[in-house]
Amino acid sequence: MKVRRMRLTKEDLILDFVVYTTLIFLVIVTLYPFLNTLAVSFNDALDSSKGGIHLWPRKFTLYNYRSLLTRHQIYNAALISVLRTVLSTFFCTFSTAMVAYTLSRKEFVLRKIISFIYVLTMYIDGGLIPTYFLMRNLGLTNNFWVYVLPGLVTAFNLIVIRTYINGLPESLIESARMDGAGEFTIFAKIVLPLCKPVLATIALFVAVANWNSWFDTFLYNSSNPKLSTLQYELMKVLQSANSMTGSLEQALAQAATGSVNTITPRAIRATMTVIVTVPIAVVYPFLQRYFVHGLTLGGLKE
Amino acid sequence: MSVPFVIHVIIFKYVPIWGWTLAFQNYWPGKSFFDQVWVGFDNFKWLFRDPVFYQVLRNTLAMSIIQLVFGMVSSIVLALLINEVRLVFFKKSAQTISYLPHFISWVVAANLVRDALSTDGGIVNELLMSLRIIKEPIMFLGIPKLFWWIIGASHVWKEVGWGAIIYLAAIASVDPNLYEAATIDGAGRLRRIWHITLPSIKPIIVILLIMNMGYLLSSGFEQQYLLQNGRVIDYARVFTIYELDYGIKMMRYSFATAVGIFRSVVSLVLVFGANYLAKRMGQERLL
Repeated sequence: MKVRRMRLTKEDLILDFVVYTTLIFLVIVTLYPFLNTLAVSFNDALDSSKGGIHLWPRKFTLYNYRSLLTRHQIYNAALISVLRTVLSTFFCTFSTAMVAYTLSRKEFVLRKIISFIYVLTMYIDGGLIPTYFLMRNLGLTNNFWVYVLPGLVTAFNLIVIRTYINGLPESLIESARMDGAGEFTIFAKIVLPLCKPVLATIALFVAVANWNSWFDTFLYNSSNPKLSTLQYELMKVLQSANSMTGSLEQALAQAATGSVNTITPRAIRATMTVIVTVPIAVVYPFLQRYFVHGLTLGGLKE
Repeated sequence: MSVPFVIHVIIFKYVPIWGWTLAFQNYWPGKSFFDQVWVGFDNFKWLFRDPVFYQVLRNTLAMSIIQLVFGMVSSIVLALLINEVRLVFFKKSAQTISYLPHFISWVVAANLVRDALSTDGGIVNELLMSLRIIKEPIMFLGIPKLFWWIIGASHVWKEVGWGAIIYLAAIASVDPNLYEAATIDGAGRLRRIWHITLPSIKPIIVILLIMNMGYLLSSGFEQQYLLQNGRVIDYARVFTIYELDYGIKMMRYSFATAVGIFRSVVSLVLVFGANYLAKRMGQERLL
């Protein structure tokens, strides 16, 4: 609010107090679970099960990380996670932009019908079982490409990019066409560079969604450990923890199936959680800039 | 050049709808389409006679409504609070931190929720014990009646900051002259919030409320699936879990397809109903 600073009344003081305390409370509630997990991941596993670890490890150790990072499966899952994220982001952004450009051309006769075909998919879906059978019949179960192919062009992303392209000056495209540029040249040389901000937003949307996804691994690729992803590995650890009551004895019994008795499911979960979350934290500054931009861009214009 | 992509969308989005025929068969994989036994609406009859179906419907609606109401109210309150902050640095940091959880997966969030509620050193139990509200740690995730509220609270925790963005954008576009005039008339900050800010963002609140009502049957699955356990399953089972259990685990493919059709068709009606309602109220083009 741009009201000039005047004398503070009693109401102002109380309001300020309420505002700042609530927001500080919110910040603490948001950050605490992350910091706590970070602390647990660096703390001796048996020591953690005694409780009382808050923001700082009590018995510092790198053992949790060492024992997880020596497991071959983690590297493989990380590799698959990175690969699917990179490939999906690239293919999805590029193909969505291409379709969006075609649909933004007023002279394209099928524009209305094709737009409708896409928009309808936002409201109706075949459901779990038919989709599952489709993937199976297409040979996409136990197949890496199930991570990339099905979500190539989605209606929401398409609408956001098309809206952006519609806002570009038509004269640029016209003049390129006069100079004899083909459609693909116009798209690649003129439209794509101009769309950079919106493409960055969409790319981040897709990247985060892919990195965070576990359900497709669970549904289509769970029988092939080579195609497992980090999120799915973490989900498996969480599920095995859910099925127990959470007492220490059971935790230890569970851990004994692994290597040594000095790592507990809690420690494994905390360490995995940190490993899975770090990439998001690294790109977070970009995320929040472009996401907020994209949200207002897609949300308010359409 | 978009032809391959149109074929792509037809294969991946429309062929599954053709798969709805499964619900009218006694489908068995391996047989060809023409060899399947056709059973008409039998699967739907079974569905409406299944007590679990009503449980699923109740759980889905209850959790969706809890999420919708608390999610919206908390986001609006947060937007109003952030708007009242005058220290720019504090404002920016609080906002940035508030939408951090939106970007993490539900797998990670469910882990954090589980740890916070755990009986061995979970922060919630520790706090309640040190405040002497409870004597023994409570196993929150094992209490069926609490499950809906845990889902609601974790939804608010994850999405409150993200949800506030749209309201903040709306607040930012309020004409500053209005505030100025109100100040001159002697309105304090609370009255300005009540009489200017809130009425100005009312349209967007109404649109978002109506739009979200269209998704009452489709909201959430990951949360419930990742936080549930055997003890609370009667309160945790939502549509997708139901489809998974009957379809993939018990291999009752046709029955699970019928569940999917029910959800999809009702959702479609809700979305279009919501859209119609929004139009009636003078909000153009939501679709």
